[in-house]
Amino acid sequence: MTTTAPSAVPDIGAIEETARGVVAAHPPRAVPVTELMGAWYDAGLTWVHFPKGLGGLEAPRSLQPVVNRIMREAGGPEPRTVNTIGYGIVAGTIRRYAGPEFAARLLRPLATGEEKWCQLFSEPGAGSDLAGLATRAVRDGDDWIIDGQKVWTSLAHLSRWAVLLARTDPDAPKHKGLTYFIVDMTTPGIEVRPLRQLTGRAQFNEVFLDGVRIPDPQRFGGIGEGWIVANSTLGDERTSLGDRVPARGSGAIADAIQLWHAHPDRHTPVLREKLTRLWIRAETHRLTSDRTRVAAATQATAGPGSAITKLVGSELTQHIYEFCVDLLGPTGTLIDTYSPDAPDDESGPTAIQRKYLRSRATTLEGGTSEIQRNVIGERVLKLPQELRADKGIPWREIPR
Amino acid sequence: MTQEFEFTEELTELRTMVREFCAEVSPQSVVRETMTTESGFDPALWRRLATELGVLGLAVPQSFGGEGAGLVYQAVVVEELGAALVCGPVVGTVCLAMPALTALADDTIRADYLPALVNGDRIATLAAPTAGGRFSADHVAVSATRGENGWTLSGHLAQVPDATSADLLLVAAGTETGVALFAVDGDAEGVARTSLSTLDLTRRQADVTLDGAPARLLAGEDECAAACERALLVASALLATEQVGGGQRMLDETVAHVRDRLQFGQPVGAFQAVKHRCADMLVALEQARSAAYHAVWALEDGTDDPRLAVSLAQAVASESYRWISTSAIQLHGGLGFTWEGSPHLYFKRATTDALILGSAAEHIDHVAERTVDLAPTGS
Ligand SMILES: Cc1cc2nc3c(=O)[nH]c(=O)nc-3n(C[C@H](O)[C@H](O)[C@H](O)COP(=O)(O)OP(=O)(O)OC[C@H]3O[C@@H](n4cnc5c(N)ncnc54)[C@H](O)[C@@H]3O)c2cc1C
Repeated sequence: MTTTAPSAVPDIGAIEETARGVVAAHPPRAVPVTELMGAWYDAGLTWVHFPKGLGGLEAPRSLQPVVNRIMREAGGPEPRTVNTIGYGIVAGTIRRYAGPEFAARLLRPLATGEEKWCQLFSEPGAGSDLAGLATRAVRDGDDWIIDGQKVWTSLAHLSRWAVLLARTDPDAPKHKGLTYFIVDMTTPGIEVRPLRQLTGRAQFNEVFLDGVRIPDPQRFGGIGEGWIVANSTLGDERTSLGDRVPARGSGAIADAIQLWHAHPDRHTPVLREKLTRLWIRAETHRLTSDRTRVAAATQATAGPGSAITKLVGSELTQHIYEFCVDLLGPTGTLIDTYSPDAPDDESGPTAIQRKYLRSRATTLEGGTSEIQRNVIGERVLKLPQELRADKGIPWREIPR
Repeated sequence: MTQEFEFTEELTELRTMVREFCAEVSPQSVVRETMTTESGFDPALWRRLATELGVLGLAVPQSFGGEGAGLVYQAVVVEELGAALVCGPVVGTVCLAMPALTALADDTIRADYLPALVNGDRIATLAAPTAGGRFSADHVAVSATRGENGWTLSGHLAQVPDATSADLLLVAAGTETGVALFAVDGDAEGVARTSLSTLDLTRRQADVTLDGAPARLLAGEDECAAACERALLVASALLATEQVGGGQRMLDETVAHVRDRLQFGQPVGAFQAVKHRCADMLVALEQARSAAYHAVWALEDGTDDPRLAVSLAQAVASESYRWISTSAIQLHGGLGFTWEGSPHLYFKRATTDALILGSAAEHIDHVAERTVDLAPTGS
């Protein structure tokens, strides 16, 4: 594991100047994203808390929002959108587990978006109960042979790399028999089949792994320690969300407010109250995210926790688009197309209806709301665990 | 001044000090005893808070006996007093009268009244006409007359917080030219106070009838409106932090209870219906905490429209506290409905807090007027 101690007290002014220099030399609106993000990476601005040479400056993480703002104000992309899974959960794991040379090979194209990443975790038989997964990894000399099936894998059809969780010891209790790998998606034996979503589009996939050979250096962490590695990754995703605090009234609630003013003929006191309540929830959610960020940066007190912001944000998004469709009335029953090839952004004449449909995923992806409530109850409030039928017994003997 | 939501070590120490003091000096047994006494509070305890701890005038300038530390400090104290349900004139004196007096321009007046409130010698309250928790000159119920021996006030003031024990009544009264602010001694001639029987026994109110009561003019029309408005905003923000304090205590007690209580051979907290309700209580509490402290910071450093921030805080904290306290009753089972159990004390406080400075519904309406009803900028 690599730990980075700040080598010198970093100078905020100098870092800001570096960031301004990069966006001046590579104007975000004029140059390709890969060039811009490459220069950003080379200057150590992608993850300021990473080591030098790996996209960082060994600076405090609290400076990330500062440089991200400079990027945003110059018209650059929100970094996560360049490579969602790569930024959200993979980069931190590579830094911790890949060793400097391999990390250098992987991180730059990840940062520029040239090599996209996906997450091969969920399986038909293991979603919420991820640790119950069945995909096997068997040692063969210096390699591992993978057999199994993954499902709901976002962006697998566009990805060059994947993180993969597989079972190396079926006789150990479920959490103890897992090992974490990274896989080159061009390896023979991998088949990606698009899987249509309720929106009509196919942004996620089924992934079949048949005798896929992975060299041992692509194993991250010890054999049987996959669960620990996977959890360190989940922690990264939660903290990285705090690198940006949106402006008041932005995001989904902006859609609702705009729609409200576009349809004065449909105003009623009941809808006005509903909208105001949604606005209040959006604003307190925004303030709570900000409080989490400040708490993390100043360390004086523990923040409210990422499970809370995930739970609140996901349910709020759904309620906002439910309101929007109600406000639309009969028009809310129309959708422009269910074509799998419809553009990726929720645009077009029925953008609201598309977002309404897409919002059903927010309380499922990344852990369902029920699981978030379990996490808050058991990990934050320290309530007793439910009785677990599979506790302590070998994975092989668990009914499935 | 710290950045919004930065709870420094100093604030944490202040919180710990007040919490420990309350646990030792005003545990629930003491609260229960005090709330059944005639006055409903213990002046000796109030004085200890003022002098020993020095936590009543944290937002009052040093030149008038306070600490000048600011509203965030005062909010942390109010939150802790609310968590412990400490009996005393928190609303009348700390939340309303002190900010009203502090907002006045005349140093002589401030010096005459504030130090005695800060050091706990005297108790005060504010009776200002309001609608939906906001100052409203239209609702003034007392008239002021200027005679040979100065001003006198007459009229009826309903449900004034802490008026029974107040040495000083700050009264907004109608003059020929508008509404002005006056000081009336609590035991002056022409002042009749009737204690009311309150739902929350730890929080007292009284009806006050003024019949030619001698009064001192503190502020003319413009200044009176500004001072009352400021006092109501500060009081609403502080009350929101009290709501957070009470909600946190109820959540803590509920979680402790469901961890210990065994049914069907396991702690009831292992059942998801119970666990998820606890999780939702925490979620509601954290939203309220964000909104409440945002309002406090907004009043302190002017980073947001204070009226919007305060109404947001009141709307969220009122509903959260009441829901958390009713959830506490539910999850305590029969114990939750028992007089000896603590949930009902918080439930009654939550109900009262949600109504005295404007209801959640009224504050939601205020928020609507400042957000949803306005055309989006740029369109
Ligand atoms: C749009 C989208 C994108 C996704 N992208 C990816 C991806 O890129 N990579 C990847 O690996 N996965 C991905 N997923 C999968 C996602 O992580 C799972 O769908 C999710 O974890 C739920 O698992 P499941 O679908 O098997 O539901 P199940 O676990 O079968 O759950 C069914 C229902 O039971 C409830 N439930 C389950 N266990 C409990 C419990 N202990 N207590 C209470 N209730 C419980 C659930 O909350 C749910 O309501 C994606 C999903 C979606 C919708």
